[in-house]
Amino acid sequence: MLTKRIIPCLDVKDGRVVKGVKFLDLKDAGDPVEVAQVYDKEGADEIVFLDITASFEKRQTMLDVVRRTAETVFMPLTVGGGIRNLNDIRDLLNAGTDKVSINTAAVKEPGLVKKSSDKFGSQCIVVAIDALRSIAGKWEVYINGGRIPTGIDALEWGKKVEALGAGEILLTSMDMDGTKDGYDIELTKAFSENLNIPIIASGGAGSLDHLYKVLTDGKADAALAASIFHFREYTIKDTKKYLKEKGVSVRI
Amino acid sequence: MITIIDYGMGNLRSVQKAFELYYSKVRISSSFEDILTSDKVVLPGVGAFGVAMQELKKRGLTDAILDSIKKQKPFLGICLGLQLLFSESEEGDKTAGLGVLKGTVKRFQDKQDLKIPHMGWNTIRLKAQGSRLKALEGIPDDSYMYFVHSYYVEPEDRSVVLCETEYGDVFTSGICKDNICAFQFHPEKSQSVGLKIIKNFVKC
Repeated sequence: MLTKRIIPCLDVKDGRVVKGVKFLDLKDAGDPVEVAQVYDKEGADEIVFLDITASFEKRQTMLDVVRRTAETVFMPLTVGGGIRNLNDIRDLLNAGTDKVSINTAAVKEPGLVKKSSDKFGSQCIVVAIDALRSIAGKWEVYINGGRIPTGIDALEWGKKVEALGAGEILLTSMDMDGTKDGYDIELTKAFSENLNIPIIASGGAGSLDHLYKVLTDGKADAALAASIFHFREYTIKDTKKYLKEKGVSVRI
Repeated sequence: MITIIDYGMGNLRSVQKAFELYYSKVRISSSFEDILTSDKVVLPGVGAFGVAMQELKKRGLTDAILDSIKKQKPFLGICLGLQLLFSESEEGDKTAGLGVLKGTVKRFQDKQDLKIPHMGWNTIRLKAQGSRLKALEGIPDDSYMYFVHSYYVEPEDRSVVLCETEYGDVFTSGICKDNICAFQFHPEKSQSVGLKIIKNFVKC
C-alpha cells in the first residue's frame, strides 16, 4: 500500500540553512547536507530544499549543495525557489535533484509547466502554490514569496497546472504558515478532492495531531513541515510512530 | 566496467553515485562502443516512453542494448528502463518498445482516490523463489521502495515476475529473466534497502 509521506523542508540561503536548525549532535547544523543526512537516517520520505538566496551570483551555491547531497543521500530531493526557466531546471536536475518546485515563474509563464514537464517528465515538476483565504471557500494565489497577490483562484490554478503536466502540488496555506495552529484542512481537502495528482500539504504544523488531521481529514498525500522537525520538537521517527498508531499508513 | 546508458531521459548522476558506493568503474555514456565493451549495463530513465525510444534510436543505441542482452551481460533496467524492454506502450499513440520481453505498458486507470502518478513509498511482494531471487537477496518481503510513474508493465509470460506492488490493482514492479532484471521503482532513491539491489547487481 502506498504510504503517506513525511517531508522535512529546509530553507537554504547562500548555501546555508536558515531559521536555525537545532541539532545538538551535528558538527555543522548550518550545512544543509549534514541536516539532510540526519533526516535520511531518521526515515524521512523525501527532503525539500527551499532556496531563498537573493542574489543571482550566489545561486550557484545551491547547485553545489545539491551535488553534495546527492553524493550521500539516496532518497528523493526536491529543490524550489527562484527557478525561472528550463535552464535552471536542467541545471538542478543535472546536479542531482529529483524534482523541482516552480512557483512564481509558473504563474508568470504557465507555458513553463507544460514545456518543463514535456521535456523532463511530469514526475519531476512540482508546482508550489501559496494560497491565502479570500472569501469563504476560496483562496487566492500569491507570488514572490507570498508578497504579491495575483487575483488568481488557487483551486482553478491547481487544476490548470495539473492539465499543463505538473506531477504534484506543494500547497502552502499562507493563513496558517508560521502559526503552528495546524494545516488548512479545508484548502488541502479541496485540492485533494478536485485534483488527480498528489498534494503535499504545507504551512501550520505545530503538533503531530496536525499532521494526522491533514493526512486524514485533509486527504493530503504528504505532509511537509519545517520547524517542528528542525527544533527537535518531534523526530521523523516519533511522527511516524504516532501516525501509525492512529492507523495512518506510513513507512517505518 | 559498468555503463549507465545516457539517452537524455533524466538525471543519471544519482544512479551513478549509488553504483559508485560499491564499484569504482562506473561510467555514464551514450556511446555504442562503451556499451559493447562493458561488463554490465544499466538502462535507467524517467519520462515519456515514445520520446525515450526516439532518443535511443537517434543515438543508435537500441542495437547496443539488444546485443548486451544477447551476450548475457548482467542488465539492470530502472523505471522507464523496465518499460522499454517490453513490446509496446499504450502511452500516446501506441509505441513499439525494444521487445525483449512480450507484454504491454499500460496506464493506471482513473479511479476515485487513486492519484496519478503513483508517487511515493510502496511495498514489494516477492513472487519468485530460490536463485531467481538473487537480485533481491537480503531484501525482505514487503520492503518499501520509492516509486514515481503513471504506467506499469504487464508481462505476457508471468514467470518473469519477480515482485508485485499494489496500487489500485496489483501490478508487476520487478522482473527477472536470464541476465536481465528490471524494476519499476528506483533502487537508487530507496535508501539502504534499495541500495542492496545495486550492491547485488554489482556483485553478480
